[in-house]
Amino acid sequence: MTETLAMTEPTTAATAATAAPVAPRPASRMTASALPAPVQGDPAAPGRIALTVEKLSFFYGKSQALFGVSLAVPERSVTALIGPSGCGKSTLLRTFNRMNDLIDGARVEGVVTLDGEDLYRPGVDVVDLRRRVGMVFQRANPFPKSIYENVAFGPRMLGMKSGGEMDDLVERTLRQAALWDEVRERLKDSALRLSGGQQQRLCIARSLAVDPEVLLMDEPASALDPTSTAKIEELVLDLKARYTIVVVTHNMQQAARISDQTAFLMQGKLVEVDATSRIFTQPRERLTEDYITGRFG
Amino acid sequence: MAIRQAALDVLARPAPGPSPREFATPRRRAAQAGWNVLWTGVTGLATLWIVLIVVVILGTVVLGGWRTVTPTFLFKNPEQGMTAGGIFPAIFGTCALVFLMIIAVLPVGVLAAVYLHEYARASSPLTKLVRFAVNNLAGVPSIVFGLFGLGFFVQFLGRGMDRAMGLDVVFGQPAILWAALTLALLNLPVVIVATEEALRAVPRTAREGALALGATRWQMVRHVVLPQALPGVLTGAILSVSRGAGEVAPILFTGAAYYLPYLPTSPTDQFMELGYHVYVLATQSPDVERTLPLLYGTVLVLLGLTFALNFTAIFLRAKIRRGMGLGDTA
Repeated sequence: MTETLAMTEPTTAATAATAAPVAPRPASRMTASALPAPVQGDPAAPGRIALTVEKLSFFYGKSQALFGVSLAVPERSVTALIGPSGCGKSTLLRTFNRMNDLIDGARVEGVVTLDGEDLYRPGVDVVDLRRRVGMVFQRANPFPKSIYENVAFGPRMLGMKSGGEMDDLVERTLRQAALWDEVRERLKDSALRLSGGQQQRLCIARSLAVDPEVLLMDEPASALDPTSTAKIEELVLDLKARYTIVVVTHNMQQAARISDQTAFLMQGKLVEVDATSRIFTQPRERLTEDYITGRFG
Repeated sequence: MAIRQAALDVLARPAPGPSPREFATPRRRAAQAGWNVLWTGVTGLATLWIVLIVVVILGTVVLGGWRTVTPTFLFKNPEQGMTAGGIFPAIFGTCALVFLMIIAVLPVGVLAAVYLHEYARASSPLTKLVRFAVNNLAGVPSIVFGLFGLGFFVQFLGRGMDRAMGLDVVFGQPAILWAALTLALLNLPVVIVATEEALRAVPRTAREGALALGATRWQMVRHVVLPQALPGVLTGAILSVSRGAGEVAPILFTGAAYYLPYLPTSPTDQFMELGYHVYVLATQSPDVERTLPLLYGTVLVLLGLTFALNFTAIFLRAKIRRGMGLGDTA
């Protein structure tokens, strides 16, 4: 079930993109808007650029999922990727930690950089990249181990041994993920006994435990109830003080609440990217306006 | 909006023909009900037939054998040309054989499955070829394995080792070692298929979770995938054990002995085995009347051993799953 879920989105993205060319808008407008858009006038995102994407195209075998996408993600801010199902936002997110490498027949054209380094250059250490770029998935996926062991997993893979230092790290990370008070008495319990929202915060803690620079979140709250969703959103706002966050979401209110910059994708193309406040009040593109006002998608 | 309006328009129109429900006349409905009852009966009878067969087999064996299975029977050697005494050497031989086989087959089978499922690209011609070979290996009749074992292990490998070490005849003869290796070969597909099945059942999200934390592929396999697949791997192991315990053909030429007054103490010894002993008692006895109870008893012990192994597997699997907090259904 979960396995197919993870697979279907990119595939539909690809088929939708190839099967149905964008009818209502002239093509010239689409390509014109696909240039890197400068982010201006947003006080929340003044920082250095952490991630860049230049003319990125992505293929699943013969079908294309992304078409010349260009984007810049500022450091220590939240960038939201929005768009209808199958628009390629998850595919784009997964190019930042090369999670797409796992798919047979996946191919990338264009450049993706982290701190100026090309991530798809031959010889890049993908394992190290994934330590620098953490990821939280749509469905909470804690390992069937104890709460403690889930958080300790990443550090252990790096070679850290059990002991006081590990205990401190686990506590600090769980505190960062606003989960410590709920689980401090039962660190040895199975993580699978936690509620869905707690499991998702545990997964966030697990990612933070390897001290990443970037945190990717793929619809982190879409399977959660409103209370748990609120907690995750609050957490994202706290975490951006220290991490660069890219979040894929279906929920436009959520994008408006938590992000500094929003990128709108449709059928594998980047339609518009701008400061969130501007996208949601005065978008430059008709398509964006139609989407955020709920006229389609 | 337009789509919704079109749907409303169609709904508002009167239906053009008769309602499909009018096809179900009372007569037809009665006939359908009749067929329904009939097929419930037929499928039920087929099931009952299977249950009956199992009951008859078990009943015959238990009724014929329970009197024979005494401590003496279990712990003594055959006596008087196998018309009296016990079957201890056969029980011991079977256990030793199966133990050696598991040691040989589990590491190779599990590692091969890990390679096929976790490392090899599913679309590569090599993977396809290996899968094809595994599937075909599973379809080879066991007597062919027996002959292969004799030719390859005993005559080629064993004699070769003897020559290389300048020995007389130590390895170049039927032995429990060669029988166990032949059985292992026979069971390799069982272990590979069961392990692959178990690996496939580990959700993609678990793998991605591990990789996203910067685990290497091996770390992911070792710390996330294999622990979750362990119950399935164990099932495969036990399946191969219960199959191995009952197979006679592969060991016929490679190490099983008609009668041995001693137990195998070295890998190059021959051994007695329960399945082969059943065959011997049934066909080679000088006195059928006196052998019959022993035959029943031996079959009962063989079945008991197999069932005990299966129950151990189920118990172990449930225990491991509970330990992971997955519950019995996961």
